[in-house]
Amino acid sequence: MIETDILIIGAGPVGLFTVFEAGLLKLRCHLVDALPQAGGQLTEIYPKKPIYDIPGFPEVLAGELIDNLMQQAAPFKPGFTLGERAESIEKTDDGKFILTTSRGTQHKAPVIAIAGGLGCFEPRKPPIANLADFEDKGIEYIVRDPNFYKGKKVIVSGGGDSALDWSIFLANNVAESVTLIHRSKSFRGHPDSVQKILDMSASGKISLFTEAEVVGVSGNGVLNSVKVQGLDGSEQELHTDHWLPLFGLSPKLGPLSEWGLNIDKNSIEVNTFDYSTNVPGVYAIGDINTYPGKLKLILCGFHEATLMVQSAFKRIYPDKNYVLKYTTVNGVNGF
Amino acid sequence: MDNIVNITVVDREGVEHQLEAPTDMNMNMMELCKSYELPVEGTCGGMAMCASCHLYVLSDHDILERNDDEEAMLDQAFFVKGNSRLGCQIPITSNLEGLKVQLAEVGA
Repeated sequence: MIETDILIIGAGPVGLFTVFEAGLLKLRCHLVDALPQAGGQLTEIYPKKPIYDIPGFPEVLAGELIDNLMQQAAPFKPGFTLGERAESIEKTDDGKFILTTSRGTQHKAPVIAIAGGLGCFEPRKPPIANLADFEDKGIEYIVRDPNFYKGKKVIVSGGGDSALDWSIFLANNVAESVTLIHRSKSFRGHPDSVQKILDMSASGKISLFTEAEVVGVSGNGVLNSVKVQGLDGSEQELHTDHWLPLFGLSPKLGPLSEWGLNIDKNSIEVNTFDYSTNVPGVYAIGDINTYPGKLKLILCGFHEATLMVQSAFKRIYPDKNYVLKYTTVNGVNGF
Repeated sequence: MDNIVNITVVDREGVEHQLEAPTDMNMNMMELCKSYELPVEGTCGGMAMCASCHLYVLSDHDILERNDDEEAMLDQAFFVKGNSRLGCQIPITSNLEGLKVQLAEVGA
């Protein structure tokens, strides 16, 4: 069991800055995020995009901002549970919470701060009616262990980097055969990867279908074949052991919609006094919360985090008095 | 009226909404739909990175062609047709008077 003072759900910019502000109050933090790396959508979706409205930074790349926030949080030694989705919370008799992730990791803390942004990132699933029948029975949206595909026939769909990179890797290393299916004629992945795919297609190492997409899946308990439809309307059935639809990730509110929190249009309602939710001890900050006048801006999330940790401090230490101290006077004293 | 164009948006239930769109607010179709509280998420904020503002252009209007970012995103999206566009990549300009679009289905 991982124990901490503030358990932060979401390791995006607001979650990371919470570590710093909490650290100034001598509160320890641990972050849980469904993505395998910190940074949330800044690192997952737009690491190379410049941001212009962070006070004091006329221009900063999203990825750089996350690097800086990690550096700023470092003195307070945050813990991380990455690649695991926060699944459920339960209250303990001593007024704390136990949070369990999708992989069963348990965390205990007196305060939970949900800094979940747009929700957790989940694979985009193609609109095929019986898709769910074969999930993890031949259809996988994420490659967890490439060796799983050793000696197998694999069909990959998608035109981005992850579809291209996995096609190349699986064809070169483990799979018996790899077929790449892409809806368009051109690929949007890294030019080197695109060239490799075209070369491997020419040499017969990868079968390439462009201007085509998978429109049906079938099998008996496990996936056996997929139906491929060309933009010209032609159809064919391809036998396969696995189909990897790699169409990127999109955010979903996910399990925390079941936690008894007041939710309005996919956002958690909070009191702007301290960004507390209707569940005492659970706060929501950043893009995931809503209140009259809410703006989904990183800088607003920073402000919310700063006020939230004051309230968290009072909850954790009801008898201690706290006086605001300035970093210019006291510096940053890490753990 | 000055600086206003009339745009029709057909929602996913087939209901038509008549919107008055300002041309002087630096808005795009995604933002316009959101400002009328139509069910458009605009998750990525308008960077052509999520396809939650995917729509079909029904009327015959001369609007800017898809840009590279938009093409890349539509490659990853579902229910894509020849007249598919991302609302966030369509700026509201005076030549959109009478534009008619339909919101595309959202995938799982």
